[in-house]
Amino acid sequence: MNELVIVNNLTKVYEKKKLALDHMNLAIPRGKIIGLLGPNGSGKTTLIKLINGLLTATEGEVFINGKKPGPDTKAWVSYLPERTYFQGNMQVKELIAYFSDFYSDFRPERARQMLANLGIDENARLKTLSKGTKEKVQLIMVMSREAQLYILDEPIAGVDPAARDYILKTIISNYNENATVLISTHLISDIEKILDEVVFIRNGRVILQDTVENIRERKGKSVDSYFREVFAC
Amino acid sequence: MAWNLNSDRPIYAQILEEMQLRIVTGLYKPGAKIPSVRDLATEAGVNPNTMQKALAELERSGLVMAQRTSGRIVTEDMEMIRETRNKIAQEQIKDFVDKMQKLGFQKEEIIKLLEQAEGGTV
Repeated sequence: MNELVIVNNLTKVYEKKKLALDHMNLAIPRGKIIGLLGPNGSGKTTLIKLINGLLTATEGEVFINGKKPGPDTKAWVSYLPERTYFQGNMQVKELIAYFSDFYSDFRPERARQMLANLGIDENARLKTLSKGTKEKVQLIMVMSREAQLYILDEPIAGVDPAARDYILKTIISNYNENATVLISTHLISDIEKILDEVVFIRNGRVILQDTVENIRERKGKSVDSYFREVFAC
Repeated sequence: MAWNLNSDRPIYAQILEEMQLRIVTGLYKPGAKIPSVRDLATEAGVNPNTMQKALAELERSGLVMAQRTSGRIVTEDMEMIRETRNKIAQEQIKDFVDKMQKLGFQKEEIIKLLEQAEGGTV
């Protein structure tokens, strides 16, 4: 089977009848870095939460490697939520121990190497770190797993441009060739050079799925410019 | 080494041009091994599949060759390197002349201006 994730007719209606995903269909291949792009409120995070089994669908289904989200899929999916869920009192090294216990595919030596590269002290407590540094720590943890699917929800929103470059390089050099990285963001210009494909979503539906190179070639403009055109207010 | 990638053209074509430039300017010497796809992708901050595609095209053109073990080496065919260098020069000249003609200069005037500029700066 070539597709890693299959989204079938997926619909999510929140309370008060807000339709977040509207009969969405999407196939995500293996071995690609994919950008999930859409304006605020378009359904990006809802889709990600459904793939991670954190929400239940109103209608339709999601398959990862042919399985519905659950304990099995969590063993191969490495997820970076948009908000941090770590306890402030924890030290960075405790977090490494915690991930080692939780995930058999976690590689602590890889995490330590990246922390050292960014000059982050393993003895520091999370609450003493700046917002950007906390985000870096969290991304390092997530990328230090040997997962089949990495799902990164807004991974670079809070960090400075130099650290953004480092993070993007971390993504390029750490994912293995059979794994897929799904990145949700609206900071497109920073990220488009590392993407194979982009998925544009609007009002809970996929309106375009294409490669970055195709878009640049056919439209003669960057994905960022094209996005601004498609989603012009 | 900085990679100046434009936002409005396919990345793959720009990588190809940069690699050609690195070979004709001798940054990657004839017969020498070039860095791996992963290393070059990380250095340029681009998708490894895109880098792979550009290197495969570079290989088709003959400027680099795949090695039996792994990796790629720069061709030792100096004639081919010279030709590539000339081709790049021709493209630069064409761009330059196009711009000058848009500014309203004729060929003779362009040559005269070039000579004057040369006297001043070279």
